[in-house]
Amino acid sequence: MNKKFAISLAVFAALCALPFVGAYPVFIMKILCYALFACAFNLLLGYAGLLSFGHAAFLGGAGYATGHALAVWGMSTVQGLVFGVMVAAAMGVVFGALAIRRSGIYFAMITLALAQMAYFFFMQAPFTGGEDGLQAIPRGSILGIDLNNDLALYYFVLMVCALSFAFCSRVVNSPFGYALRAIKENEPRAISLGYDVERFKLIVFVLSAALAGLAGSLKSLVFVSVTLADVVWHMSGLVVLMTLIGGVGTLLGPVIGALIVVVLENKVGEFGQMLASATGWNGFELLGQSVPMVIGLIFIVCVRLFRQGVVGELAHWLRTGKSP
Amino acid sequence: MIQIFGIPIQALMGQILLGLVNGSFYAVLSLGLAVIFGLLNVINFAHGAFFMLGAFFAWMGLHYLGVSYWVMLLVSPLLVGVAGIILERGLLRHLYQLDHLYGLLLTFGVVLLMEGFFRSIYGVSGLPYPVPSALQGGIDLGFMYLPIYRLWVVVVSLALCLGVWLLVEKTQLGALLRAATSNPKLVEAFGINVPLIVTLTFGCGVAMAGFVGVLAAPIMQVSPSMGANLIVVVFAVVVIGGMGSILGSIVTGLGLGVLEGLTKVYWPEAANTVVFMIMVIVLVLRPAGLFGKQA
Repeated sequence: MNKKFAISLAVFAALCALPFVGAYPVFIMKILCYALFACAFNLLLGYAGLLSFGHAAFLGGAGYATGHALAVWGMSTVQGLVFGVMVAAAMGVVFGALAIRRSGIYFAMITLALAQMAYFFFMQAPFTGGEDGLQAIPRGSILGIDLNNDLALYYFVLMVCALSFAFCSRVVNSPFGYALRAIKENEPRAISLGYDVERFKLIVFVLSAALAGLAGSLKSLVFVSVTLADVVWHMSGLVVLMTLIGGVGTLLGPVIGALIVVVLENKVGEFGQMLASATGWNGFELLGQSVPMVIGLIFIVCVRLFRQGVVGELAHWLRTGKSP
Repeated sequence: MIQIFGIPIQALMGQILLGLVNGSFYAVLSLGLAVIFGLLNVINFAHGAFFMLGAFFAWMGLHYLGVSYWVMLLVSPLLVGVAGIILERGLLRHLYQLDHLYGLLLTFGVVLLMEGFFRSIYGVSGLPYPVPSALQGGIDLGFMYLPIYRLWVVVVSLALCLGVWLLVEKTQLGALLRAATSNPKLVEAFGINVPLIVTLTFGCGVAMAGFVGVLAAPIMQVSPSMGANLIVVVFAVVVIGGMGSILGSIVTGLGLGVLEGLTKVYWPEAANTVVFMIMVIVLVLRPAGLFGKQA
C-alpha cells in the first residue's frame, strides 16, 4: 500500500512539473478532465457492471450549469463548480432511478435515450446558446488567485482531479465498493445476502454522474466554453472507449485511456501522414483526416482483441510473466 | 375550413401521415432489432447505419450508374444484407459467449466507422434523391392532399412487417427460428445448422433496415447521420414496446410515429422528445415494456 502511495505521489509530482518541461497546460488539463470523466464512468461500468450510454448528459449538463452560473448569475468559481456538480447529481438521480428499473442491454438503451432527451433539451433551451453554445465563460478566481492565468488554473484542475481520483480509489476499496463488485458478479446472490441492490446501484450511479459533472464543470472553465458537442451521444461513446482502451474495472485504466484517446484525437492527422509516407498507401492519410473512423476502428479492435485494456493486459502480464 | 383544437384539418392530417411514415420506419427497424436480439443476443447499434447504407446505395446506384429506384429497392437491401453477413461472420460471431454488452460496443464502433467513411467522402449535408416518376404527385381527398409516395412508403413498410410476422409465426422456417431463439443447443442437437440460421437472420434483419433506407431516401435527405438520429429513437421504441412480440413492435412503432406527428402540431417544441417522455412514463408504470414479459 505504501509503495502504491509513493508511486501516486511521484506521478503527482511529475504532473506538477510538467508545464515546466514544455507541456502545454490547456492540453494536459483537457486530458485531466477526460481522465476524471472516464474514472467516473468506470466507477459504474467497471465496479457495478452497469453500462451507461448517456454519460455525456452529465458532462455537458454540468458544463452548461457552471457556465451559466458564472457568466449570467455571476457566481464565484467555487459556487459555480458546486452548482454544476449538484445539477449533474440531480440528473443522475432521475436517470439512475429510471434506468435501474431494467438491466443489461436495456439499461444501456435507456440511458442513451434519456441522454438524447437531455441533448434536445439543451439544444432548444434559451440559456445554452443552441448551436453556438456558451462562449466566454469567466474563469474567476479562487482564494484571490486569478484563474485566467493558465498555469494557475492548471494547478487548480490538477488538485481537484487528484482529490477526485483519491476519492474514487477510496470508494472502490471501501465495503461499499466490494458490495458493488458482489452485485456485478452475481446479483441474485447479493440480494440473497441481504443487500439492497437497487439502492447500491442508484448511489453509485449518482456518484458517477456527479463526478462526470465535476469533469464537465472543470472542462467549461478550461475551454471557457460549452457546446452541444459535450452532450451529444458521440461523447458518451468516447468515454466508453477511453475506459475500454485503458482497462475496464482498473483504477488507472481510464486515466491511461483518456490520455491515449486525447493524444490520438489531436495527432491522428500527423500519424496518418507519417504512416502514408512510410508505407506509400494514401489510405492512411485519408483515415487520418477522419477522427470518427479511427475511433470506430479502435473500438472494434478493442472489443474484438483487447478487452482487458492496456492496464488490464499489463497487470496480467506482470502476474503471469506472459501475454495472454 | 374544419378545425380540430384550432388546427386546420389539412395540417393535422398531413402531420399524421408524416407520423405514419416515421412510425413505419420505427416499426421495421425495431422489428429487425428484436428478431436479431432474439437469436443473437446482440443489440445491433449499427442498425441505423445499415439504414443509411441502404439509402446511400440507392443514391449511388442512381447517381453513378443510372440504376432506377425500383431496381435499387431490390439490389440495395441485398448489398446491405451481404455487408451484414460479413460483419456477423467476421466480427460478431466471436463475441457470442461474452457479455451481451460487447456486441453493443462492437456495433457502436461499426457505426462510427461507417458514418465517418461516408462523411469523409460525401460531407455532412444531405444529398437529394428524387421521388420516382410513377409515385409522384398526390390525390386530393377533399379534406387533405395525399402525396402518393408517402402512402406507398406506409403501405410497403406495413406489408413487409406483415410478411415477417407471417414468416416467423406461420411457416416451418419461422418455427425453426423461434425454436433456435428459445433453445439453440437443443435445436442444434437435432442436426440443424444454427450458426447458419443466425447468420441469415442477421443478414435479413439488416437487409430490412437497408430496404426502408431506400424507401426513406426520397423523403429524408441522404446523409451520413440519417441513421444515427433514427436509431436512438428506435431504441426508445424498443424499450417502450419490449422485444417479446412482433405485432407489439409494429403497433408500438406506428403508434409512437403518429403520436410524434400530433405533437409536432400541438406542441412543436416537444416533438423531438415526446418518444423519450413516453419511455419514461412506461418505465415508471410498466418497467418491462408494453408487450414485454414481466420479469
